[in-house]
Amino acid sequence: MAGLRQIAMQGRAVLGIVLSQFRTLWRVLGHTFTRADTVQYPEQKPALSPRYRGRIVLTRDPDGEERCVACNLCAVVCPVACIALQKAEDAHGRWYPEFFRINFSRCILCGLCEEACPTYAIQLTPDFEMAEYDRRNMVYEKEHLLIDGPGKYHDYNFYRVAGKSIGGKDKGEAEHEAPPIDIHSLLP
Amino acid sequence: MVGIVVDGEPHEVPAGGNLLQSLLSLGLDLPYFCWHPALGSVGACRQCAVVQYRDENDVTGRVAMACMTPVAEGLRIGLKAPAAVEFRAGIIELLMTNHPHDCPVCEEGGECHLQDMTVMTGHTFRQYRGLKRTHRNQYLGPFINHEMNRCIACYRCVRFYRDYAGGDDLQVFASRNQVYFGRFEDGALENEFSGNLVEVCPTGVFTDRTFSAHFTRKWDLQTAPSVCVHCGVGCNTTPGERYGTLKRVINRYHGDLNGYFLCDRGRFGYGFVNCADRLTEPMLHGQPVTRAEGRARLRDVTFKGAIGIGSPRASLEANFALRELVGPENFYAGCADADYAMLDTIRRVLASWPVHSPSLREVEGADVVLVLGEDVGNTAPRLALAIRQATRNCMLAAAAELKIAPWQDAAVRELAQQVRGPLFVLATTGTRLDELAEVVVRRTPADIARLGFAIAHALEPAAPAVSGLSDEDRQHAESIAEALKRADNPLVVSGTGSGEPAIVEAAAQIACALSRRRKQPASVSFVVPECNSLGLMLLDPKRLGKALESAESGSVPAAIVLESDLFRSARTEAVESFLSRVGETVLLDHSPQATAHRAQIVLPVGTFAETEGTFVNGEGRAQRFFAAMSPRGAAMDSWRWLAEAHPRHDWQCLDEVTGACAAAIPVLARMVDAAPRADFRIDGLKIPRQTHRRSGRTAASAHIDIREPQPQDDTDSALAFTMEGDAFDAPAALRTYSWAPSWNSNGQSIAKFQDEVGGALRGGDPGVRLFEPVQRGAAPWFTEIPRAVAAEPGVWLTVPRYHVFGSEALSARAESVVERIPAPYVALHPSDLARLGHADSVELNWHGFREVLPVLADDTVVPGTIGVPVGLPGMPCGPCPRTLALRKAEPHGSGVST
Ligand code: SF4
Ligand code: SF4
Ligand code: SF4
Ligand code: SF4
Ligand code: FES
Repeated sequence: MAGLRQIAMQGRAVLGIVLSQFRTLWRVLGHTFTRADTVQYPEQKPALSPRYRGRIVLTRDPDGEERCVACNLCAVVCPVACIALQKAEDAHGRWYPEFFRINFSRCILCGLCEEACPTYAIQLTPDFEMAEYDRRNMVYEKEHLLIDGPGKYHDYNFYRVAGKSIGGKDKGEAEHEAPPIDIHSLLP
Repeated sequence: MVGIVVDGEPHEVPAGGNLLQSLLSLGLDLPYFCWHPALGSVGACRQCAVVQYRDENDVTGRVAMACMTPVAEGLRIGLKAPAAVEFRAGIIELLMTNHPHDCPVCEEGGECHLQDMTVMTGHTFRQYRGLKRTHRNQYLGPFINHEMNRCIACYRCVRFYRDYAGGDDLQVFASRNQVYFGRFEDGALENEFSGNLVEVCPTGVFTDRTFSAHFTRKWDLQTAPSVCVHCGVGCNTTPGERYGTLKRVINRYHGDLNGYFLCDRGRFGYGFVNCADRLTEPMLHGQPVTRAEGRARLRDVTFKGAIGIGSPRASLEANFALRELVGPENFYAGCADADYAMLDTIRRVLASWPVHSPSLREVEGADVVLVLGEDVGNTAPRLALAIRQATRNCMLAAAAELKIAPWQDAAVRELAQQVRGPLFVLATTGTRLDELAEVVVRRTPADIARLGFAIAHALEPAAPAVSGLSDEDRQHAESIAEALKRADNPLVVSGTGSGEPAIVEAAAQIACALSRRRKQPASVSFVVPECNSLGLMLLDPKRLGKALESAESGSVPAAIVLESDLFRSARTEAVESFLSRVGETVLLDHSPQATAHRAQIVLPVGTFAETEGTFVNGEGRAQRFFAAMSPRGAAMDSWRWLAEAHPRHDWQCLDEVTGACAAAIPVLARMVDAAPRADFRIDGLKIPRQTHRRSGRTAASAHIDIREPQPQDDTDSALAFTMEGDAFDAPAALRTYSWAPSWNSNGQSIAKFQDEVGGALRGGDPGVRLFEPVQRGAAPWFTEIPRAVAAEPGVWLTVPRYHVFGSEALSARAESVVERIPAPYVALHPSDLARLGHADSVELNWHGFREVLPVLADDTVVPGTIGVPVGLPGMPCGPCPRTLALRKAEPHGSGVST
């Protein structure tokens, strides 16, 4: 009894394998008649979503000023430590990077810098065409990174929110701020 | 010890403390703001809430402020009790309502106590939708930036600045939630401890302006344990480097020494390291040459039989290497002969008299303090801060009688008002501590020494008596001696500042007399001019004057000058003649100075931030300092230049030099214990100078070389120029930074490295005390008591005056410090100035040179003397003459003699 049942089970398994071979052949054949996903890169460009994590840029705020305030958060979060910058300050208190360097030959395009950035300055873009014959050409300085527009985030301006005064925005003029206190006033 | 119960767990804590301090000492985390281990408790911020239970049956308890709760046997509290957790979260939320939302542009960010506490209480979401109150900032001078909107009104700043450091130009203005911490009007913060606000303020209201100018986050700084080089106190510091620039210096806690605070000279003087005109290439007759060439010339010079002039600001190792190179008989001290004489006395007294040289913590415990002829506030600022605390001990004693704990800061101050313990200042001119003194006596240097000897005699009749003392001075001597006799912990402070060797002797005499009376060593603290003045003296150099004299006879073929400017140490013409008679002069230094222009060979060396070695401070404590960065250009450690030139020694690393020095000089035998040796490892790894969060490793130098550079090897210490290794468990002498999980700020995270908050560092405070008092020494008395000097008409006795900013040469090169340096002047008593016909400037004869200097009327100047500021840029160079003849400077040079 036990022997018969075993033979029947084995027979069913063999049949299953054979059928699966046929199904595969059918599927492969079927693809001959569907549209291909492959595009003829580089003649043809793929459509990438704006959130694609490609080449990194530094953006400007809606007023056209450099957004980056040289806070160093992108640099510290970078898992491969490929961002280096130095803080500088203009005559009216605005912080900006004196230099800002990304070594794209190390960058893994993880997007953590963009997540860490409190000003939306650093953004990843759908441009991935960065290959170079010489690794040295993959070191981007600020002039290579800084673009003219706000990138994906059109409205945010860090200095409108933060209380630090800069040229053109005095104390008490940021969002939700009351005018500065007159400390010599005796009123309670 | 008392037993307390925290969240159901029993713990043992020392009796008498407050609960917050005890909990932190147990290693538990409890958020707080206004409490500070050195400032005590005022209960102002309400952040340190815990639930206190009556007994084991009480399950509700009541919310109490831990910092205001004394620990007592059986105290039961809940740290994690929901009521406490909720209360603390609520407080943070309230404190943050006005916060300006600007951490990214805040210099405090990343090491901010407010950030830490906000995270610790879990306040992550802002609910407040109302308007934020705002303030305008002030210009507070070259050291400190002001951003008032970040304030949480904890009052630490004014409590430190006014109550602890005695400043009076930082105030709190306005009321309720509008309070404003600043000055009455814009202007530099005047107190010489203003830099501590950066660390005392738990937020980013006060930040380091010099650091901000080339700002780097804490996590990116490459740091090493170091020792301040700007005076002889030897405070511990942590310098931090990034991109080849020394970015800042912060306090490195030392339980016995500087504690939580540095002076502004130590904190901001670092700018000299970054000066563009540093010596970076070996120079031969003004032309740059290679290192090899420089080394060869140094060898040549040595073969000629050079003499060596050591440096009071170079390490023991560098000085010892020079001494070995030229031979002990050819080794001279690179300091003025007057300083030499005083340092020699200090060395002898510390080594063989029955006196004790106290640490700053011991100074703080003194109940009667006598300052003899030293303007401590300007020559050793941190020591003066300790003396300031000592004057509070009578307040604390009065409080103790009423069972008020010393940490109950507001209560103690309320009780004692302005009552201060006895401080006697016997000085040659006005000093920074005068405002605290019970008695201030100002006399000529010789008279101060005479007064000192008279006090010693009044204490112990065996000490030689002083004849011809005025009645007033005799009374002073007796009353001061009385006060010293009554004291439990008397302290005598003196130093080399007065330029009068007899004053140093008199101070030692008083201490010795006290020791005899008390049958135990009494404390005497000596201020020495530079960070390693005492260390240099322990190598037994000859005085500089001898070198100058022997050059006169033409018997000096060459001289090797180590890190000192001879023109500051001897008269210009004497140095000129020395340099022209000596065949060849080699200078090893890091910054340009007058001798550098005259030396045929200049070899560049590293500053304190770029080299390592050992200093001995005025207390006699040997302390190791380490390089935070590599030297610029072709500069090398001084000791390495000298060791490489040595024909026999084959020293490869610092430990070998330290070891040789310790073996050769018996009093320095223990200097090897100042820090672990270079082969010290934790789990096979060195201690990292870089933090575990360091950024930019693969980009910082990618524009120069796309391949990451190999980390520089450091054969001289157990520290590495990398981020690998365990900085947390490093022994105190090797701890490169203070940073602990959840505690990112320098001032607060240190609690995780202390035995007990505010106490010694775990494993012992670093450094080795070289002198322990000789118990039953029969010290021979100093018997040569100077005669009273009668003033000659037209001749003024000079009295040196010191300025925190300007009198010390290295810090005076720092850009930020330059702004605070007074213009050159001389000071006269108003009556003397009237005799001169109220001149604006005077013409004086400075060692044969005619100098015209502005003159100030100052009624702290003793009539008949002239106050001459030491070292100010623009003052005539060299040690000041003992007397000066003056006349009113006339616009056309036709002076009227008086
Ligand atoms: S995180 Fe943003 S603002 Fe900060 S340094 Fe990077 S790019 Fe600049
Ligand atoms: S004080 Fe602290 S919390 Fe406030 S902005 Fe500065 S870093 Fe942020
Ligand atoms: S300025 Fe700083 S120390 Fe002073 S009250 Fe405000 S937060 Fe506290
Ligand atoms: S007191 Fe002296 S050692 Fe201490 S920080 Fe000031 S200058 Fe440096
Ligand atoms: S730390 Fe206890 S109330 Fe501020």
